Formats: sequence, structure tokens, C-alpha cells
Amino acid sequence: MYSSAYKTIVALPPLLWVGLFLLLPYALMFAHSFWLVRDGYLLHQWNLQNYHKLLTSPLYVDVLLRTMRIAGSVTLLSLLLGYPLAYYLSFHAYARKEILYQLVIVPLWVSYLVRGYAWKTILGSEGVLNGFLQYLHLTHEPLGFLLYSPFAVVVMLTHIYTPFVFLPIYAALEHIPRSLIEASQDLGASQRATFLRVILPLSMPGLLAGATFAFVLSLGDFLAPLLVGGPSGTMIANIVQSLFGAAYDWPLGAAVSVGILLITVTLLLFTERLEKRWSFK
Amino acid sequence: MTNGSPSRRAPFLATYAASVFAFIYLPVVVLVVYSFNRDGVGGFPPRHLTLAWYRQLFADAAIWEAVLNSLLVAAASVVLALTLGVLAALALDRASFPGKALFRRLVLLPLILPGIITGLSLLMFAVLVRLPLSLLTVFLGHATALISVATTELFAGLQKMDRAQEEASLDLGATPWQTFWRITIPNLKLSLIAAGLLIFTLSMDEIAVTFFLIGRDNTLPLQIWGLLRSGITPEINAISTLIFGLSVALIIIWYRLRTRGLGAEPQKLRERP
Repeated sequence: MYSSAYKTIVALPPLLWVGLFLLLPYALMFAHSFWLVRDGYLLHQWNLQNYHKLLTSPLYVDVLLRTMRIAGSVTLLSLLLGYPLAYYLSFHAYARKEILYQLVIVPLWVSYLVRGYAWKTILGSEGVLNGFLQYLHLTHEPLGFLLYSPFAVVVMLTHIYTPFVFLPIYAALEHIPRSLIEASQDLGASQRATFLRVILPLSMPGLLAGATFAFVLSLGDFLAPLLVGGPSGTMIANIVQSLFGAAYDWPLGAAVSVGILLITVTLLLFTERLEKRWSFK
Repeated sequence: MTNGSPSRRAPFLATYAASVFAFIYLPVVVLVVYSFNRDGVGGFPPRHLTLAWYRQLFADAAIWEAVLNSLLVAAASVVLALTLGVLAALALDRASFPGKALFRRLVLLPLILPGIITGLSLLMFAVLVRLPLSLLTVFLGHATALISVATTELFAGLQKMDRAQEEASLDLGATPWQTFWRITIPNLKLSLIAAGLLIFTLSMDEIAVTFFLIGRDNTLPLQIWGLLRSGITPEINAISTLIFGLSVALIIIWYRLRTRGLGAEPQKLRERP
């Protein structure tokens, strides 16, 4: 029913725009990763040196492993906080469900940066938490390890991604037909068995979606380490940032970016398949 | 064991949920409370309430300039991302063209990839075409990255739309142009509002992409970033409290509008992670 002129007119502008301002820049990043810098000049010589450096230098490998550990902890903690919360709202909140749901959403409107800043004021050695502990005479000197550590990065990112992990899990729980749960209970399954064999498997796609989201976004974060991480909390994206900045080695920075991209895409494809396997139809 | 719930009372779970809420709200509460604390941020308990930080904030011209820049970039990004998003959604819904599958994935990439990768890629592009960094490059980055949001939202809207109306309009002699403006767009109204709000908020708060594309004029998050680098100041608490209050007010207005009969559409907006 739509003429080919219509189709061309709607398809052409977004195709051109996305080709020019998205495909080309990403391709440029990819191309840079095969070039090199000598004496401060970019040489368009195709080579694999950057990737070789990346895989053999202990610095990059260490930071990458730390980044994975941080992202893994954030994912796990967000699940530990988000899943029970979603479960509580879906099955036990009754009339308060809607208002509690809104309460989870509202803090999402506080800027990412500002929430990082808030944690900085809480965890700092002159901060609110140390002030509180000393006020209660639980400690006599400020605890210095709270801020500027991988711990602080994990706390800040967990705080940011818990609501995001909560959302898809809650949606999945809400979509479970209550009759299935009743059937399980009528047939004599214990609460535990009902959870493990009915509710948990059916909420798996939501859980996977939330977990992937938290992991992938933590993996590429460079602002949390800058804000609260200190030198011991440096993550892989900070390496990219410094290679593009002070270190001025765009090709190597591009290679690290391509590495992050590959990890991200592999993970997404993997969970996409898993989600399909678990989805209930 | 009725009403299809596993059990009626769960005191442990309720306590656990309450502590998760406490964790989620702790920074927000600290932020707001200490914006009124005379002795600045830190220490416990806060005492000596004051509005001094708000006074300082209102006198800070640089911040308000940054707010204006942010509003400008966000508004322009909404317009451009919605325009291209409508077209992209229509194309994905109705046209077949070579590279359609690639296009679908490519558009979504900025949502999935870390902002630093999109930001740096665009920086390389700007260097390549010798485009000086300014609010224009920031706008370019925001609008391009947020086409993803517009496209998903509007594509979902199109899928739910009744095609019969458009067919009738075309059969009765309306031109495709008239049909687009009189049938398609009005039918997409809710998706357009939802996508527009989301794009606006995301643009106002964007920092990872902006970080690499900013020129001399700061956006609000970058201005706050600058303040942060030079140390902790309760001015940041004050501006954050204001923005937070404004957002909550907007949410309440939005839900009022929705319950007044705009439809139950915002569900999808809320469920997007």
C-alpha cells in the first residue's frame, strides 16, 4: 500500500544520517586500532602492533581483570538487592505496589554525576559516614579506606544499577500467570520448591537482561573511577581516556576500545541466546 | 495461600526490601539535607540550617549559562532525534532495503555501547572533517545517540497502530503527505511524547559522550564536573536538590495527565532499563 517513493523518502534521511554520524565514526575507531603513532604523528600503516601490546602488557591485562572483577561484583550485588526487592513488590506489596514502584523509579531522575558526588560526600574521610560513626563513638578516627578505592566504585555503580536490574526482573515477575503458582502450591510444592522451580525459571529472562545491562555498563564506565576510585580503582575505560588524552596514542586507545566493544558484543549475543532458551512460550 | 501469592506475610523480606530502599535513598537524602547545612558537606549531624548555598547558586552566572546550554542542546536533540526516529521507525516497519538488519542494530549501538566509545568515535570524526568542538558537536553526539531511543519507542507505537485508518485515508483520496500528518502522527502522539521526554532527560544528564565533544561552552553536567574537580561545594547539593524537585514535580504532572485519560501508555517508558 505504500509507494516506493514513500519508502525511499522515509528510509533515506535516517540511513544517510546514521551512516555518516554513526557508522563512519565507529569505522574510524576500528581503522585507528590498526594504525600507529610515531614521534607524535599518526601513521596510516596497517599493522597489529596495538593488539599485540594490549595482550602482552601486564598493565592492560591487570586493569582489564580488575575491571571485570568490579563489573562482576556490581552485577552480583545489584541482583542481590534488586531481585528480592522486585519479588517483594510483585508478591507482597498488594495495594502499595504502585507507589513503591514509583519510589524505585524516582531516584533515576537524579543525575548520574550527582549520585557519584553524593557518594563522595558520604564516604570521604571528612564525610557523612565517618562523621556518623564518630558521633556514635564507634570509631575515633576517620576510616580512610572508604573513598578512593575499588570498594567505592562498586558501591557507587551498585547504587546506580540496582534500579535498572530491578526493572526487567519486576516486569518478568509481574508477567508470571498467578495460576501457575497456585497450581504449584495446590499440588503440594513447598514455598521453596515453588520459587526454585516455577518463579525463578520464569523470571530468568528479566534477570539476565538486568544482569547484562549492569555488567556491560559498568565495564565501560570511566566516570565512577575518576570520581571515587582513586589510583587503585582505575578501570579499563580510564586507560582509553588517558591514551586519547595525555598519552596521545589514539591507535592504542582505539585498540583497547575495540577490545571493550568485542567483550560487550560477545556478552550481549550470549545472553540473547540464553534469554531465548529461558523464555516462556 | 490465596490470591495467587506464595504467602501473605513475609517480615524478613519486608525488612530486606526496606533496607534496599534505604540504600537507594541514602545519597538522595544526604544530598538534600546537606544543601541546607551551614558548615558544608560532611560531618554529622548536620546543624545550622541556611539558604546561603542557594543564594550562592543563584549568583553563579556560569552555572545558569550551563543550564541554558543544556536546555538548548536537549531541545534541539529532541527535535532532530524525533524527526529521524519517526522516519527510521517507518522505514523499519514498512520498507525493505538492503542492510536493513544492519541498520536496525547500528541504530541501537549507542544505547548498548559504553558512552566513551561513541564519544571518542565521534571525536575522531570531528577531527577528520575538521569540525571544531562546540555545542554543535555535543548536539550532534546527543541527537545521533538518542535516535536509538526515538526509534524503539516509535517503532513499538507503529506496531500497535491500526493500519486500516491509513488505508482508508489513502483510499479516500488523501495524499500520503496528508495521511502522514492527519493519521500517522496523531496516532503516534503518545509514543512521541514519551520518547521526547526520555530524550530530553537523557540529554540533560548526558556526560560520557559529551565529555569528549565539548568545546568552550559547558553543559550543566560538565559544569558540575568542573566544580567537582576543584573540590566539594554545597552549591552542587543545592542545584541537584532543585533539579530533583523539578523532576519529581514533572513526574507527578505526567501521571496526572496520564490518569486523566491520555491512555496507559507510559508503562513502556517506565519499563525501559
